[in-house]
Amino acid sequence: MATQHSRSAARIMIAPAVFLLLVWMLIPLCMTLYFSFADYRPLRATFEAWIGFDNYVRFLSSSSFLSAVGTTLQMVGGILFITIIGGVFMALLLDKQMFGQGIVRILVIAPFFVMPTVSALVWKNMFFNVDNGLFSYLYKWMGLQPYDFLSQAPVFSIVIIVAWQWLPFATLILLTAVQSLDSEQLEAAEMDGAPAVSRFRFIILPHLSRAITVVILIQTIFLLSIFAEIFVTTNGAFGTRTLTYLVYQRVLESQNVGLGSAGGIIAVILANIVAIFLMRIVGKNLDN
Amino acid sequence: MSINKMLLTSTVGLGLFAGIAAADGHAKTITIATVNNGDMIRMQGYTDQFTEESGIAVEWVTLEENVLRQRVTTDITTNGGSFDILTIGMYETPIWAANEWLLPLDDLSDDYDAADILPAMANGLSYEGTLYAAPFYGESSMVMYRTDLMEEAGLEMPDAPTWDFIAEAAAAMTDRDAEINGICLRGKAGWGEGGAFITAMANSFGARPFDENWTPQLDSEEWANTLNFYKDMMDASGPAGYATNGFNENLSLFQQGKCGMWIDATVAASFVTNPDESTVADSVGFTLAPDNGLGKRSNWLWAWALAIPAGTQQEAEAKQFIEWATSKAYIELVAENEGWANVPPGARTSLYENPEYQEVAFAQKTLDSILSADPTDPTVDPVPYVGVQFAAIPEWAGFWTEVSQEFSAAYAGQQTVEEALEKAQAITEEAMEAAGY
Amino acid sequence: MARAVSTKQKVIWTALAWTFGLLMFFPILWTFLTSFKTEGQAIADPPVWFFFDWTLENYSAVQERSNYPKALMNSIVIAVGSTLLGIVIAVPAAWAMAFVPGKYTKDVLLWMLSTKMLPAVGVLYPLVLLAKWLGVIDSRILLVVVLMLINLPIIVWMLYTYFREIPGEILEASRMDGASLKSEIIYVLTPMALPGIASTILLNIILAWNEAFWTILLTTVNAAPLTAFIASFSAPEGLFYAKLSAASMMAIAPILIMGWFSQKQLVRGLTFGAVK
Repeated sequence: MATQHSRSAARIMIAPAVFLLLVWMLIPLCMTLYFSFADYRPLRATFEAWIGFDNYVRFLSSSSFLSAVGTTLQMVGGILFITIIGGVFMALLLDKQMFGQGIVRILVIAPFFVMPTVSALVWKNMFFNVDNGLFSYLYKWMGLQPYDFLSQAPVFSIVIIVAWQWLPFATLILLTAVQSLDSEQLEAAEMDGAPAVSRFRFIILPHLSRAITVVILIQTIFLLSIFAEIFVTTNGAFGTRTLTYLVYQRVLESQNVGLGSAGGIIAVILANIVAIFLMRIVGKNLDN
Repeated sequence: MSINKMLLTSTVGLGLFAGIAAADGHAKTITIATVNNGDMIRMQGYTDQFTEESGIAVEWVTLEENVLRQRVTTDITTNGGSFDILTIGMYETPIWAANEWLLPLDDLSDDYDAADILPAMANGLSYEGTLYAAPFYGESSMVMYRTDLMEEAGLEMPDAPTWDFIAEAAAAMTDRDAEINGICLRGKAGWGEGGAFITAMANSFGARPFDENWTPQLDSEEWANTLNFYKDMMDASGPAGYATNGFNENLSLFQQGKCGMWIDATVAASFVTNPDESTVADSVGFTLAPDNGLGKRSNWLWAWALAIPAGTQQEAEAKQFIEWATSKAYIELVAENEGWANVPPGARTSLYENPEYQEVAFAQKTLDSILSADPTDPTVDPVPYVGVQFAAIPEWAGFWTEVSQEFSAAYAGQQTVEEALEKAQAITEEAMEAAGY
Repeated sequence: MARAVSTKQKVIWTALAWTFGLLMFFPILWTFLTSFKTEGQAIADPPVWFFFDWTLENYSAVQERSNYPKALMNSIVIAVGSTLLGIVIAVPAAWAMAFVPGKYTKDVLLWMLSTKMLPAVGVLYPLVLLAKWLGVIDSRILLVVVLMLINLPIIVWMLYTYFREIPGEILEASRMDGASLKSEIIYVLTPMALPGIASTILLNIILAWNEAFWTILLTTVNAAPLTAFIASFSAPEGLFYAKLSAASMMAIAPILIMGWFSQKQLVRGLTFGAVK
């Protein structure tokens, strides 16, 4: 269908974006790659350009590496779980006829507009804080001992904070999908006496599958790099150190740029493995 | 859609306008990176006076401590040249000076009277005998306690308490129903938070992070004693979430009357005795940090100081500002406007010789605390480093933060003290090996 | 939504939706309320809700301590600038991918998305050194470019999915009529894709507004946006909940208001190609 002419025009039009992203990706990536083979510790004024794979060996063999990978998976998985379940529920709910629909929608999507630093600060100080937090008052009001969320359930607490921010995003995408649902088909099923559960299971859920995949893909990309929420709340303590945070500790706290760069490269490789896996699914979805 | 469009065009318009508006400015402007502590914020309030006197405008970059460290360290290690003055501490100063990243402050004017800086502070902020950062305020740590609660418990605070007495007093003062915790201490992870406290405490228990040959010593009995004592005492008499409490959390607890005792930075004394902020202002007593009879007390030494990065284009102006901000005159300026209790403490000898300042309740104890901390001889057994609650080596901030994370996890009951120390030893060994010791 | 719904049902849905809506919104509401309390009231036990002496002192304290208008301007310039720049670069690329798909189009698209996987801190030193070498640290243009590059994959992806929804026949027809490529894009394609472009812009303004790593580490004074403004209030000595709340409200209010006006657009447009 496309002519030779429009094909070359297309190439020219893609060029700027591809070129920029290539530059953006390659220059810092190559420098990181270069540093990852170097003994680069700025605070010691050390720079030795080639020390082989020492940094990689050190990073991979450190006991913190595997636990960081585990924490990352736990955290991303937990957030995805909450946002998808919650998102489907909220999307179905917001699609119903009700009074003040517009206002409710704004209330629900509002958390998405809040900066991660702000939401982490607000949750940490005004909700989770065991002495002055609102949850503690709630516990006391119910006659319970206040619970120290951030030290007793640290990963869960961070999952809650991040899920709160991303639930609106999932809801929005799923809501558009719900709105495109064929209501006649649903009505017919209802006439036939299909119970609500099976209507959901056999009509709604399959229709939403594509949207759910998109939510998983986009969110995973953002969630793999969550940083502010951990930095503000626990500083990586109590087993909340993700791979991104571990790299941060190596680069900035320990000022071992070589080691941190090796960690960064490893993180990129791992993230891309996850991404390729996810994209296969979405890519298939894009085809049909 | 039309609303969106309107919104967008107007925001873009505003943005362009702002771009133009930002173009003007003073001929001479210095940029200062600082931490958002009360004394620094107060100093910002007085900068107009400095600008008036000198004609030099000042731009402030005020950041929370951890963010400030990231920003400033990245800048200095890449020679970024974004700042003309940096607010740094005793830990950074000798390390950065050794790399020639800071300009020496050896030619300050006679008026400034550099000899008046407390020797403990001057030593900690010098490298090879040359001053590289001027202390804005200095601190040690001491016990702040509620005189009314002590009396109720039928106890009397000695001038130099032992840890056993502190634990006993803490238990006696604790009243869970009235939400009074006998003792509040830092447990929050971070080398400058709980990590600093436990290291200083370990000093008084005869523990040390390394021996003379830099061999990590966290598997020693002394460390186990330190941590067990801390945890037992805090579990019995501390606040519920002590594993996540740092300076700020404890300060607000104490100000709300929820702590019987609090061992922390001497600068906190002026906050807890300030009736505007503290509900217990008129019943606070002060005493030296506890010991174990081994010859070392558990107090630390720290200073927030102003330094000039080597890459600055405005050395003279920066020096002028530092001389102004850390001068005797500045102290008097604050005293005049806000009272003697609120002047930046712990930097100058003359302040403690001032009869007016001696009347401030915590002045003498602060000085005694500062004088009893010796960065060159911090531990019972000898160590190869300088620093009381830290070792002034570049790797410390990194691995000690990780170590303190293991400690915090033990405080929170996620692992035993033994497990935490085992991991801490491994972390330290790994870090020291990587550093080439 | 052709079905008539009984009032009773409607009331039930309303109650349920409002409950969850308020639950989601509650942290923001609580921050809002706290920002008008004194520091003492902010931590009062039991908590005070609506009936207290509302005070503006926190806002004026925050205002006094920092240059809010400047930070706000920087945030606006950086968020809007990076988004518009991204759109200008992404529209042609997305157009080409959607209407003249080649053998590798999908691979290029997925590769673009994968560039977002670079952990920011891993490339901190390279980027800071580069910025320093170019002499652009603490300039808005640096942040505009960096944030544009960070979000470009998302922009291209979103636009691509919108463009694909447009039936190819319409373009064919306009080509038959002799429209040039340029006029095809401007007069035929853009009007049809406008809702999609609008929601892409909105989403990316939000993302850029909230970016808090590079915006702090690459700025000092001139280009420091609201994220840096917040970093100076996060944990000062003493009681700070009320002031923190005031600063937080000041940082999120502009984007919240923008979101308020554009929520219909967002609800309709945020599909990422999820709807067929």
